[in-house]
Amino acid sequence: MKKTLIVFAASAFAMSAGSALAHEHGTCAAGKTLEDGVLTIATGNPAYYPWVLNDAPESGEGFEAAVAYAIADAMGFDADHVRWVRTSFDEAIQPGAKDFDFNMQQYSITPARDEMVDFSLPYYTSTMAVLTTQAVVDAGLAANLQDLRGALWGAHATTTAVPMLSEVIQPENDPLLYGDSTDVTAAMQAGQIDAALFDLPTALYLAAVVVNDGVILGQFPAERSDDPDQFGLLMEDGNPLKECVDAAITELTDSGALAAIEAEWLQEATGVPVIE
Amino acid sequence: MADTSLPQTPASESASAAPTRREAYEARLRRRSIAVAAVSSVGVLAFILFLVPLAPGWNAVQRSFFNGDIFARTFPGLINAFLLNVAIFAWCAPIIAFLGLAIALCRDVRAPILFPLRMFGAAYTDVFRGVPVILVIYLIGFGVPGLGLPRPWNSPYIWGSLALVLVYSAYVAEVFRSGIESIHESQRAAAASLGLSGSDTMRFVVLPQAIRNVVPANMNLFIALQKDVALLSFIGPVEIFRQAGVYKSLFANFTPYVGAALIFLAITIPATRYADYLLHRQARRRT
Repeated sequence: MKKTLIVFAASAFAMSAGSALAHEHGTCAAGKTLEDGVLTIATGNPAYYPWVLNDAPESGEGFEAAVAYAIADAMGFDADHVRWVRTSFDEAIQPGAKDFDFNMQQYSITPARDEMVDFSLPYYTSTMAVLTTQAVVDAGLAANLQDLRGALWGAHATTTAVPMLSEVIQPENDPLLYGDSTDVTAAMQAGQIDAALFDLPTALYLAAVVVNDGVILGQFPAERSDDPDQFGLLMEDGNPLKECVDAAITELTDSGALAAIEAEWLQEATGVPVIE
Repeated sequence: MADTSLPQTPASESASAAPTRREAYEARLRRRSIAVAAVSSVGVLAFILFLVPLAPGWNAVQRSFFNGDIFARTFPGLINAFLLNVAIFAWCAPIIAFLGLAIALCRDVRAPILFPLRMFGAAYTDVFRGVPVILVIYLIGFGVPGLGLPRPWNSPYIWGSLALVLVYSAYVAEVFRSGIESIHESQRAAAASLGLSGSDTMRFVVLPQAIRNVVPANMNLFIALQKDVALLSFIGPVEIFRQAGVYKSLFANFTPYVGAALIFLAITIPATRYADYLLHRQARRRT
């Protein structure tokens, strides 16, 4: 009897020590989330491959879904205490109360945006890639700036591809801009544009799955643009949770966990030719 | 139509004479209502200007929607993009007016053998008034070029404009038809008794009156068209709405939309006032 009591006491002690450890881990975020003890994460509607697989972030499958759960874990929230909501880009930047703790849908960190909202440290650095079709390549479009300037360009209007087009490629004809990547591919399929600029993982997905005979012409090296496209978690300006999120991302970066997730979900990104 | 040779208002008669007691009373009444209107307007404005900023979220709203710095940086680009709206409007409007009139005439043919034309006119207006503009723009703007047309015939400018033309000419046709139907049957009978043929009656008797009657109503439609040109942005052209969206995403700020709204208002408010003026003048002539 005594023995079991000791065992019980020991295990109780171990348990309390364990929970104390977890608690210490999670103290940073305590009281700073929308709902105490629950981390609310927003993603796009729909959320696209390869960032989230099957539009189901709860599965933890896809790069951003996996990173989200890793960050939540590092902040002391287990998978059962992560709640997902959906927002558009505009909902994420509108003034007023937000219904998420942080928003994760390939937001590029830029100084201008940073004045209005808060970004975490980057969790991914993307290069920009040129998506086109085999027919356009057969017609003679080659991966050099001279050729690219003469092409008819399209882009998703709310991405950093737009300033990159005007700064780096400087096309001769004004690019056509669309409200989402599906419309860009529809225009490409209709022959209205030759090429479109996307972040590399999105471009790879569109070329492989969405666009008939889609090909990636090449990617721009990160140093080509003034500041490389870095994705950060978007938070309300002045959100006290930022330091906890940043600490979690630093921890994941230092431990190599982030690189491992990237290797698991975005492995195809290597081996695409670079446009000089 | 109104007979303009009759004296329109008694105002011109009394201008030279001394004000009557009644006129003095009316002037007093007018001054009083102007004063009341001024006080109430100032009160409402003060309410808005002083109380809205007291709302707890006002600073955040001001920073996102009324940001002077971002407004100054984006406004020239918005004006530039608005030129595309004006151009699209300029080439769509005459086609719409012409096609709308043609459809209206289709619906008015009376010869039994031309019944299919009537049917076509009715089906056309039913379909294109019944479908949201944006759907037509998507279907025609992406669908038709998808058939494999070569450049430049697959341009979104061409097919997007066509979508606008199709939808708006259906509305304009209905307005023209109401104008044609507003001309009393006796006018046609009178024209027939003068020996005018059916087409001449339409051309010289009915249409001149009908078109004049519906100018204000059509003005309203063209003001609506001016705004709906922005829907073409969904299929690629970077007009003012899309340009504002690009700025919005670059700065994470909605101020460019406010700038775009101001530019639209600068065009549509004078146009609306002009339509009101036409409507008013027409109503006066009829009395």
